[in-house]
Amino acid sequence: MTDQSALPNSIPNSLRSQPDERGHFGQFGGRYVAETLMPLILDLEKEYRAAKDDPEFKREFEALLKHYVGRPSPMYFAERLTEHLRADLPEGKGPKIYFKREELNHTGAHKINNCIGQILLAKRMGKTRIIAETGAGQHGVATATVAARFGLPCVIFMGAKDVERQKPNVFRMKLLGAEVRPVTAGAETLKDAMNEALRDWVANVHDTFYIIGTAAGPHPYPELVRDFQSVIGKESREQIMEAEGRLPDLLVASVGGGSNAIGLFHPFLDDADVAMIGTEAAGLGMDTKKHAASLAGGSPGVLHGNKTYLLQDEDGQITEAHSISAGLDYPGIGPEHSWLHESGRVQYVPITDQEALEAFQLCCKAEGIIPALESAHALAVLPKIAGDYDSDKIVIVNVSGRGDKDIFTVAVALGAEI
Amino acid sequence: MTRFDTAFAQGPALVCFITAGDGDTAANLDALVEGGADVIELGMPFTDPMADGPAIQEANLRALGKGTKTADVLQIAADFRARHPQVPLVLMGYANPMVHRGAEWFAAEAAKAGVDGVICVDLAPEEDADLGPMLREEGVSMIRLATPTTDAKRLPAVLDHAGGFLYYVSVAGITGKQQAALDSIEEAVSRLKQSTDLPVAVGFGVRTPEQAEAIARVADGVVVGSALVEIVGKHGEKAAEPLKELTSALAKAVHNARKVAA
Repeated sequence: MTDQSALPNSIPNSLRSQPDERGHFGQFGGRYVAETLMPLILDLEKEYRAAKDDPEFKREFEALLKHYVGRPSPMYFAERLTEHLRADLPEGKGPKIYFKREELNHTGAHKINNCIGQILLAKRMGKTRIIAETGAGQHGVATATVAARFGLPCVIFMGAKDVERQKPNVFRMKLLGAEVRPVTAGAETLKDAMNEALRDWVANVHDTFYIIGTAAGPHPYPELVRDFQSVIGKESREQIMEAEGRLPDLLVASVGGGSNAIGLFHPFLDDADVAMIGTEAAGLGMDTKKHAASLAGGSPGVLHGNKTYLLQDEDGQITEAHSISAGLDYPGIGPEHSWLHESGRVQYVPITDQEALEAFQLCCKAEGIIPALESAHALAVLPKIAGDYDSDKIVIVNVSGRGDKDIFTVAVALGAEI
Repeated sequence: MTRFDTAFAQGPALVCFITAGDGDTAANLDALVEGGADVIELGMPFTDPMADGPAIQEANLRALGKGTKTADVLQIAADFRARHPQVPLVLMGYANPMVHRGAEWFAAEAAKAGVDGVICVDLAPEEDADLGPMLREEGVSMIRLATPTTDAKRLPAVLDHAGGFLYYVSVAGITGKQQAALDSIEEAVSRLKQSTDLPVAVGFGVRTPEQAEAIARVADGVVVGSALVEIVGKHGEKAAEPLKELTSALAKAVHNARKVAA
């Protein structure tokens, strides 16, 4: 089998050639921002194109990923979880489960990959101040980390409700020298933090670089975040070839904005035999309004710089998302996922809070790995699909983050006292 | 002659913004006109007004909290048009509520309500195809924003298909914050006017008659929003009188600049 990841993105009919030159993934994506930001976004795009072709940029990015982040992250055969899933299935059913262990990265999640790339772009553009939004705090911590590493002042916008439910990460950010600004507008979660970050950016375009945490926002963010996160999928290809001598049959990743998922999926998009499942947060259930599944429960619209699937009412007002996972608690999704959803290339499955909690506990006990609640949403799809795969099939799950940050939330959900 | 042409023909015009559904909007709009506003911008409330400062954010939330729907905004516009046949009316808001039911639908409804122009804050000229052609088809102007970051290279893209007037956002920032230095405004307006025949109205951070008069000497129009919206926030359902008072003072100052200029 040819290694398609080595081929350029411009091959005809490739699913990896998106977006077009205007930043569109089919009807999704684009640049829906206030005029004040447009010149900056055009600059960023130009600078990103130049950086992509600059061997020195690539060298610096890769060196930091290796020596600072600790890449490559392992590809681990989750033997006990595999056996656990097979226990309830007929003989010969139940695939081999591998974990792509992004939770072992510095700062405990995949978020740092993107932050390294973006801060190198900030440096290249001569920007001297960093801002970011954060939900669970993982992206905030990763941004504060790279800002400290590069000696740049950093302001993190975080919904006041998230500041409350993610206290350990708030303190981490402060230790790393960042200023954490609680946002009291709206529902006080990720969406509102993003609004406030955009307001700050508009007022400080001259010196400020906005490190967006997921593969969403105005073009070129969805593209560049995806490219920086694609290290996950590129490594996975090599590692699974080494372990199994062939490509996997299925990739699984959780989707909030969707950066860990697109990072894993993208290098495999042209491999027709590799199926992909993205799991959305179904909160209290798709029959309630308390969920964060914008594909399963939303419709296309425009928010935060891009056109994509959104949770919204009949007037196009954005409705509040709900998920036990603060990192998935967002009413939108990256535009490339909207496109992959409509084209049918990736299947998206809603996972409830309860299902995620069960998978969280199973992963702790079966593998000795405490996954982030976000990643638990990916793991939760395994019992649903295991019976469809023979035991010689291979599934890779992106364990995008570690769950230390979530133990308080989980304790509350399980009625335990810490 | 369009309503915009008439409004800007007599010298600098006062453009007043309030949010639809916030307070007694019909009475407030009448107060603005009685006070001497030449152009009305009616804000369409949105859950996520990311280019707005606290005053207009809160107005959006108040309006939505009262259950204001897109249909209500269009009705407020239609009623305004019936009462004030001559005053140009602009709908200002964010893309999603405008395109959600289909841009054709929105453009047709806006035209039917007697709306003269639309300002869509987060619809960059690059995405004009989502709304611009539908508005133009219905004879509604797409009013574009230029900012301090809009350089000479980019200006043609902003002016392409621009109608009504050009809204110069005088500060890089959100609504209702600081005001730009007058020198920079004058320079920017003269630069813009070299590239367009559209009237240039200047907004963002204009709060007092003194500021308004100074800007009116160098521009074709002055936009006041947050200062008016704050009055609605403070006086609730009884904001018409104080709104009229501030508008009169602003209008006098802006119109006074006509004579000085002449």
